Amino acid sequence: MRELDVSVVRDAVAQLVVDANCRIGDGMMHCLERCRDQEEKPLSRSILDKIVLNDRLAEERMVAMCQDTGMAIFRVQVGQEICFTGGSLDEAIHEGTAKGYCDGYLRKSVVTDPLFDRVNTKDNTPAIIYYEMVPGDKLHITFAPKGFGSENMSCVKMLKPADGVDGVVDFVVNAVKNAGPNPCPPIVVGVGIGGTFEKCAQLSKFALMREIGSHNDDARYAALEDDLLARINALNIGPAGLGGKTTALGVHVEWFPTHIAGLPVAVNICCHAYRHGSVTL
Amino acid sequence: MKRLQLPLKKEDIAALRAGDEVLLTGPVYTGRDAAHKRLTEAMARGEELPVDLRGQTIYYVGPAPAKPGTPIGPAGPTTSYRMDPYTPALLDAGMVAMIGKGRRTEPVREAIVRNGAVYFITIGGAAALIADSIRSKEPVCYEDLGTEAVCRLEVEDFYAIVGIDSQGNSLL
Repeated sequence: MRELDVSVVRDAVAQLVVDANCRIGDGMMHCLERCRDQEEKPLSRSILDKIVLNDRLAEERMVAMCQDTGMAIFRVQVGQEICFTGGSLDEAIHEGTAKGYCDGYLRKSVVTDPLFDRVNTKDNTPAIIYYEMVPGDKLHITFAPKGFGSENMSCVKMLKPADGVDGVVDFVVNAVKNAGPNPCPPIVVGVGIGGTFEKCAQLSKFALMREIGSHNDDARYAALEDDLLARINALNIGPAGLGGKTTALGVHVEWFPTHIAGLPVAVNICCHAYRHGSVTL
Repeated sequence: MKRLQLPLKKEDIAALRAGDEVLLTGPVYTGRDAAHKRLTEAMARGEELPVDLRGQTIYYVGPAPAKPGTPIGPAGPTTSYRMDPYTPALLDAGMVAMIGKGRRTEPVREAIVRNGAVYFITIGGAAALIADSIRSKEPVCYEDLGTEAVCRLEVEDFYAIVGIDSQGNSLL
C-alpha cells in the first residue's frame, strides 16, 4: 500500500480550483479564435473577439473568466492501493475547495438548502464529488466548476428503444434550441446515453470534462458527435444568442450499457467558459 | 455606437431600437434573484424600499470578490428570465432599464412597452472584460446577501446591446 497524506490532496485541490477558474487553456483559446475567424456576421465576430480578449485578460490577471465560478464538481479516481493518512479524503477535498474559492477571489454561489433557507455557505462548499475505485496507487482528480446559467438549461429524457438515433438527435438539438441565448452561447454540449436515469446524467457531466474537440473512442458515437455539432450550428443561435455560425464549440457523447426496455438520454450544457483541470497524485 | 448618460432620459430611451450597440456611463444598481424577491415582497407589504429605483437602471449581476486595488471582481450578466416574475412590478414602480442576458417573457415585454423602458443585453461570460468598465462599487442594501446584495456601480463606456426597445421590438 502507498500512503498518501490528505493534506497533499487538500493543497492540490485548492490550486486546481483557482487555475481552472482563471485559465481557459490553449485548446479552448484556439477553438474560440478559429470560430471567431469563421464568423461572417460582424456582430457575432465582435462578440467572439470580446470573449477571446476576456479569457486572455483573466489568465494574465489570474482572475475568474466568469463571475459565476460555479458549483465545484470533482471526478475522483482512487487507486485501490492507496492508504490515506492524516484524516478524511472527502473532508480534504471540501477543505481544498473552500481554500481555493476564498484565497482565489472566486464567487461563493452555494446555498445551504435549496428550498427553504437558501443561505449562502460563504465558502462554496459542499463540493459535489464522484468517486471511482481504479487499479494502481495513484489518485487522479478532475475538477470542473459548473456555472448555473447553462446548468439550468440541461435536461434528461427516458426515450424508447424504438426512438433510436433519430430520437436522440431530436432530443439533443431541441434542448439546445429551447435553451437559445440563455446558457451563454457558444456552448459545449455534454450528452450521456444509456445506463439509468441518474447514470446518463452523470455521463453527460463527465462528457463536459473532456478536452474540447476530442471524440468518443467508438467511431459510431464519434460520428454522432460530428452530426450533432453540425445540426446545432445550423440553428443560427450564435454567440450571445444574436445569430451566427457558432452556437456550439463541441458536442461530447458518453455512453453506457442499458436495460432492454430503455434509452435514457441526458443533455448537460456548458457555456463558453468551458473550464476544467486535473491532477494526478 | 451610441454613448448614453445614466440615469437614462425618456427621450434617449425612446430613440433606442433593438440591435443598437451602446456605451453606458453613470450609475447602475446591481440586483439578482434574492434581491428581487426582497424588493417586491417589501413593495407588496407597502413598505418604502431601501433603494430608490425610479428612473434607474438595474444590472443583473452577482460579482466575484474584488482583488486588492480593484473596485470590483469579474462582473458579467446573469440570465434575466429568473427575474421575470418580479420585473413588471419594478418597471411599474418606475425602474426604466435593465441589463442582463437572454430572453424575457411576454409580461416583461408588455411592461417595458407600458412604461417606456428598455432591456439591454451584454455578453455573458465576458466578466473580466466587463469589470474594466466599472469604476466603483458601493453597497446600498441587503448586504447580508453577499454577492447578491444591492450595490451602486459607477460604469464608464459599459458595452451593451438593446435587446428589447420601448416599442417592444425584441432582438432575441
